[in-house]
Amino acid sequence: MFFVLLERLRQGYNTSKYPKIEPILSPRFSGVPKITGSCDLTCKACIDVCPTEAIAKKEQSIAIDLGKCIFCDQCVPLCTHNNIQFTHEYRLASHQRSTLLVTKEVEKIGFQLNQQIQKLFKRSLQLRLVSAGGCNACEADLNVLGTPVYDLNRFGISFTASPRHADGIIITGPVTLNMKQALMDTYDALPSPKIVIASGTCAISGGLFQKSDEVCNGVDSLLPVDLYIPGCPPHPYTALNGLLQFLGRV
Amino acid sequence: MSYSTLFTCNPSWGKIEDIPSSTEELFWSNIVENVTNHNFRVLSLFATPMNNALHLVCILGNDTTSLLKISRFELINNTFQSHASIIPQIHLFEREIAEQFGVTVHDHPWLKPVRFEQDFSLHVKKNACGDLNYFQVSGEDVHEVAVGPVHAGVIEPGHFRFQCYGENVVNLEISLGYQHRGIERMLQGGPSPQTLSQMEVLAGDTTIGHSLAYVQLVEAMAGIHVSQKSELIRIVLLELERIANHVGDIGALSGDTGFLPTASYCGKLRGDFLNLTASITGNRFGRGGIIVGGVGYDIDFNLAATIAKQLKVLQSKTLSAIDLFFRSTSVLERVENIGKITKEDVITYGFVGIAAKACAIARDTRKNYPFGYYNAISYDIPLEASCDIFARAMMRRAEIVSSLELIHNMLRSIQEIAIQKPTRVNDVVLPSNALGISLTEGWRGEIVHVAQTDEHGKLVRYKITDPSFHNWTALSLAMREGQISDFPLCNKSFNLSYCGFDL
Ligand code: SF4
Ligand code: SF4
Repeated sequence: MFFVLLERLRQGYNTSKYPKIEPILSPRFSGVPKITGSCDLTCKACIDVCPTEAIAKKEQSIAIDLGKCIFCDQCVPLCTHNNIQFTHEYRLASHQRSTLLVTKEVEKIGFQLNQQIQKLFKRSLQLRLVSAGGCNACEADLNVLGTPVYDLNRFGISFTASPRHADGIIITGPVTLNMKQALMDTYDALPSPKIVIASGTCAISGGLFQKSDEVCNGVDSLLPVDLYIPGCPPHPYTALNGLLQFLGRV
Repeated sequence: MSYSTLFTCNPSWGKIEDIPSSTEELFWSNIVENVTNHNFRVLSLFATPMNNALHLVCILGNDTTSLLKISRFELINNTFQSHASIIPQIHLFEREIAEQFGVTVHDHPWLKPVRFEQDFSLHVKKNACGDLNYFQVSGEDVHEVAVGPVHAGVIEPGHFRFQCYGENVVNLEISLGYQHRGIERMLQGGPSPQTLSQMEVLAGDTTIGHSLAYVQLVEAMAGIHVSQKSELIRIVLLELERIANHVGDIGALSGDTGFLPTASYCGKLRGDFLNLTASITGNRFGRGGIIVGGVGYDIDFNLAATIAKQLKVLQSKTLSAIDLFFRSTSVLERVENIGKITKEDVITYGFVGIAAKACAIARDTRKNYPFGYYNAISYDIPLEASCDIFARAMMRRAEIVSSLELIHNMLRSIQEIAIQKPTRVNDVVLPSNALGISLTEGWRGEIVHVAQTDEHGKLVRYKITDPSFHNWTALSLAMREGQISDFPLCNKSFNLSYCGFDL
């Protein structure tokens, strides 16, 4: 017991002051892209290098779909006009798939509060996670929300074992054919009203697996999604911020 | 008559025509001979089309001499004779071959699906996932417990079938495949802009281990030189990945014994190590860190100093948090003499990584088949001998210590020459009709990648073996005669990858 107490002193206080104080992320972290200038009409350099087909031409310029982008930064050095920069803005989540499309005009990912969701879940949200064919990094970084640093519980949000006790389902991975049935069964086991969260590029669009005939390319085609959290994997603060925005807590 | 090609370094490659095609009989008799009498083990065994005919390719490795032997033979009538009863370490490889290519394997002890994937050429799935003829025990007081695919925690899906007699587990059968994304088939036709990124997500917690295996292979085959500083940074990233995962695992073990202090400290500390990786690559899992020709991000003098300083702080916090765990009697009671496998199991079934090293068997690619900068340093493999949960936890502690030292040494050697960041080459030109092999030591153990190219230098087959492929069987064995209530701990002590197995 003595050693336990001693160690408690040594390890110190670990919980972050978020959301009162903004988190400090690695200076090399890539968040919301900023698109400037216009393109040569024939140039496809960024489009060709993108591993997930996240970039498309749009009105003399380009648009990046954050539902597909894996934030690999490969497109950045290829643009001869220096049109693409990734900012450190980690607030990426949105209530709507179309809002994830970043163009020259977009500075920030829009988020619209849903009154009913706020009313029902603001103080308490129990989530059942279903991992459906990703690489496990998304699960791993959702898991850390339970560690003392993020301490998800202090916001009244927690992961629950039984779908029957859950208000919503949070899905990672592109949904493999092999996992589809189990995912649908889990969803059905949730009492209504229920919400669906797609976390990570895979769950939003199939991500790096979108060309495979073994996956469903995300949750959208199967269930109505209420919250999209982009990233490959989403940074824990991106996920935390997304959840808090969703509940109207930040 | 020579029946195989010998490689003496890792990674290596050769032209397919230089790998003699032997007869089925000679192929097997040589494998049996090498495995039983000459200390070789099977690193990879797979089917692949070569010159318009399906071949079996076997790669043997000798942990002491570092030799790799490659042999092949052409399948006649799409069948072959199973040798799993003589060499049990290939039981799963044979099942995989049957599933991927519809090959008939005669006399396999029990031919079942592996990951319920589509046949490579027919594109059909024979069984729905989990639809398996499970091993069953019957009799009075015998009951069956089925768990998964969706589990209680925030983890990946898998199905576990326990045959129990009272509280005791008679047998545990593990059925996976739920995470199957068809990666090996997706890689065909590459290298393409997606290839490297896909390697990074074979198993997200082993981003560095797998991407390193791939780039090494490509660099060897395409003759691309890597600067010494890049090699150094690669080691820093690989060892950081190892530490972060081991720290997390000890925390998880602690949580499952109900000892919360270490669970919560390690949970936090794991994040700190991930953040160190992020300070180098911007991503907590090291995405973009390893690229063909070098590394994606430089570590300059200042960054090296900052990392070294933070590591010192983390080192003392980590070790004291871990030692608290090993000092607690309530913990020791749950981990000592529980979840045992034997040294013989390791040899028979070909277990690798932590599972092998916790049975005092020195299987570590960094030493046995050194790659990159490990060639330039001497590395002693820490070992444990009690083969139980305790040993596997202690192994993690020992590797945390040795990896910390390795990183400190690397950081000290970092010089102020900025690296030339190679432009990401996504369309590397590989030699045509060639076969290459590359091994790395991920934090779970040995990672094997084999690439085969067609006449245009494009990948026709890319075979991946994650350490979990071998080691899930170890978890089954560790549960035999154990208590079902010890399963969570036993499971965490191996902490195997579902997606790395399912691919
Ligand atoms: S950063 Fe995003 S948009 Fe750019 S290449 Fe990578 S995935 Fe594509
Ligand atoms: S989105 Fe990226 S990190 Fe998440 S599961 Fe998919 S590949 Fe892995």
